[in-house]
Amino acid sequence: MTAAFEQTGTPAVSTAELTAMYRQMSVIRETERAAHNLFLAGLVKGTTHLAAGHEAVAVGASSALRDDDYVFATYRGHHHAIARGAGPAECLAELMSKATGVCGAKGGSMHLTRADRGMLGSYAIVGAHLPMAAGAAWSAKLRGTGQVAVAFFGDGATNIGAFHEALNLAAVWKLPVLFICENNLYMEYTPISQVTAVPYPAADRAAGYGLPSERIDGNDVVAVKFAVAAAAARARSGQGPTVIEAATYRHFGHSRTDPAKYRPEEEVRQWLARDPLLVAAARLEAAGVPAAVIDGWYQAAKQEVSEAVAEAKAAPEPDPATALTDVWADGSSAWRT
Amino acid sequence: MTDLLTYRDAVAEGIAREMRRDPSVVCLGEDIGAAEGVFKTTAGLFREFGRERVWDTPISEQAIVGAAMGAALTGLRPVAEIMFSDFLACCWDYIANEIPKIRYMTGGQVTVPLVVRTANGGGLGFGAQHSQAVENWALTVPGLKIVAPSTPADVVGLMASAIRSPDPVIFFEHKGLFASKGEPAPPGHVVDLGRAAIVRPGTDLTIVALAYTVPIALAAADQLAAAGVSAEVIDLRCLVPLDMATVLASVGRTSRVLTVEENPYQGGWGGTVVSIIAEEGFELLDAPAKRVAAECVPLPFANSLEEQVIPTAAKVVRAARTLLEY
Repeated sequence: MTAAFEQTGTPAVSTAELTAMYRQMSVIRETERAAHNLFLAGLVKGTTHLAAGHEAVAVGASSALRDDDYVFATYRGHHHAIARGAGPAECLAELMSKATGVCGAKGGSMHLTRADRGMLGSYAIVGAHLPMAAGAAWSAKLRGTGQVAVAFFGDGATNIGAFHEALNLAAVWKLPVLFICENNLYMEYTPISQVTAVPYPAADRAAGYGLPSERIDGNDVVAVKFAVAAAAARARSGQGPTVIEAATYRHFGHSRTDPAKYRPEEEVRQWLARDPLLVAAARLEAAGVPAAVIDGWYQAAKQEVSEAVAEAKAAPEPDPATALTDVWADGSSAWRT
Repeated sequence: MTDLLTYRDAVAEGIAREMRRDPSVVCLGEDIGAAEGVFKTTAGLFREFGRERVWDTPISEQAIVGAAMGAALTGLRPVAEIMFSDFLACCWDYIANEIPKIRYMTGGQVTVPLVVRTANGGGLGFGAQHSQAVENWALTVPGLKIVAPSTPADVVGLMASAIRSPDPVIFFEHKGLFASKGEPAPPGHVVDLGRAAIVRPGTDLTIVALAYTVPIALAAADQLAAAGVSAEVIDLRCLVPLDMATVLASVGRTSRVLTVEENPYQGGWGGTVVSIIAEEGFELLDAPAKRVAAECVPLPFANSLEEQVIPTAAKVVRAARTLLEY
């Protein structure tokens, strides 16, 4: 591990907070399962990149951020949208091309956004949003608001130029930005280790830009929360960016119906045993919460998402006229007289 | 008598005026601070506004434009400089995929009030990778406003509109015009985006020009006048919004039209102008629409070769004559 900042004591969260995080992760998991089933049923067109397995990164990070902080995510971003406050119904409606979708069905699965909750977009060009997060942090610094910006990205993004340009700029300008890599071991279908010159694709690069980095268990929502809280505190106090590399694993393939046959069975088995929901449930049980109560929360999430699916299915298609709105700030798309 | 202003100084003047009236306007780019820009188009800004508002960047075009986008999404009005327009290719993802699409693909949740300024075009002998006129690149992307002024006063007035625009603007400053002089802009001068100017009225043909080709068109019009031909010259000033109302009205009066473009003929902006005339103004024409554009080759280094490639007054006069003889 590259030199990191001081750890602030033993990680501990209240049972109430852990409960809230478990319940939110359950909602994300069920939303992703629903998205997968709706895709198989032909009700979601195009593609999906499901984040089942990555829930702890989004929920742990979000729990450590202020409501007015900025988040930039990738095309695998449903978990970040929900963690920042988007509802499952509006997310699923977006995937299903419905008018009630979070982007009015103009974005789709890869572009979930809730700007009013500081969730400033999901970007489908790998790595493109890292400089944007640096820019949002620059803006917060100039306006003196104490906000931080966070870019979540996959391991694959660490080999594209924008990653390196963003880390350098953020470092030399000492910007309040967090670069959080969700390393799920595969850039798409190819192991990241086969295409990267260092073992830890994000953390090992940080030193090249004079930045502190930390490698964490991305399947432990508590570990994520504490690492992000510490990095955000550093950023807010003017000490600049931090690179966090969270080890995690996707439960589905890269996209669509990819069965992910390229992953060894034993590897899959080991990671599924470390499912972030199981890790959080174990923490809850250790705190004295009965397993039946925990399961009740999961069932409640299942019910909530099943109602969201029904709501999204019943929603209307977008008004065809909206295809020609929202290019310009005045709402129009007029480009000539 | 008022002192004339150079186009180069007008760039800095236009930015400074907006920085004085709006504290959310900030600048970023390579060598734009203490060094005052490789073309001295940011002269005086660092001195007046300091390092809190004028930021030197590394040679990182993606970081410059990407950071400008992030800042624009969060309450600032950044003015980013890309030193040579050829380098837009280094950050084309932001110009083509991110900045113009984010408002639309989020269903109108965000706006991107930023300006990307860049030195465009030939005439200074910088060779193929520092001289290309690439305004047509931007024209292929819905969601960008495109400005390319030809006079110092227009630089100031259009810079005001560009920086105040809630929409992203690509602002092409022409390298070949930096040393040119013109009337200074009056205080508070604002030129609305999307309004072409008839810079020379005429009755026999319409010449549509942009940026560096405006003085070329005017020189050609002088030569044509000596031969008894009255050419009307339109300075488009913007490619988006494109003021076709002014162009079509002019063609209605002259019945002949010629575009003069520094970008290559293939994919050049004149193709769009002429296609609209063909669709909507066919009946107005007494001759085929004609285009004088750069040859479809990379820009060569030697002056004698460059002249062969980009429009000149002589080429415009020649093309005008064939139109009039049709």
